Amino acid sequence: MLVIRRDLVDAMVAHARRDHPDEACGQIAGPEGSDRPERFVPMLNAERSPTFYRFDATEQLKVHREMERNDEVPVVVYHSHTATEPYPSRTDISYAQEPDAHYVLIGTADPDEHELRSYRIVDGVVTEEPVQVVESYMFAHTGVDDTPDGS
Amino acid sequence: MAITVSIPTILRTHTGGQKSVEAAGTTLAQVIDDLEANHGGLKSRLVKEGTLHRFVNVYVNDEDVRFSGGLDAAVKDGDNVTILPAVAGG
Repeated sequence: MLVIRRDLVDAMVAHARRDHPDEACGQIAGPEGSDRPERFVPMLNAERSPTFYRFDATEQLKVHREMERNDEVPVVVYHSHTATEPYPSRTDISYAQEPDAHYVLIGTADPDEHELRSYRIVDGVVTEEPVQVVESYMFAHTGVDDTPDGS
Repeated sequence: MAITVSIPTILRTHTGGQKSVEAAGTTLAQVIDDLEANHGGLKSRLVKEGTLHRFVNVYVNDEDVRFSGGLDAAVKDGDNVTILPAVAGG
């Protein structure tokens, strides 16, 4: 299950709407080993395409170095599907290389209502998981090192 | 002195869990051959049909090697080679 703060969900949806009809992509970093998404990191879609996305390689290295310095990992990797269902495509599955990440897809085909779904993708196998949206992690049990927000 | 290669999570099964390992060579291709000699299985995850696999990004220091010669990119002692999984899809 993905437990995620509402403001982070809102930020992903806003990014997806802003870049529509191109696909938007990004990640949410969290403390290593916590499974708790905390720091919203929208990424450039180097492809600027309605059917494909790729993190800009130079930006990806810069963000990777920041995350290493902060002992963070990509807890969530997200992108939008702007014309199709928010289900991982064959290309999404072939590129999925973070077995510990929650792969979040945001469907923006409907201009009024988005769809947000989360998946694990391990060795080419896709498993959808429930998403629990919380106001704060203070009372949500998200891992062994539960800590209040901001600490 | 050697070249430090940082290994992404997905490939650490080949390095006994180590986040970074040392290697030698004067081009990226030589570094990858040296990695393969010590950590079997890595090369096929990085190279396909004589070019870098589209599933990985490789950097020498801060330079994406796709813009600096690919497998022929020059590497020297003290350099850092960083391997990251490409994050992409449709």
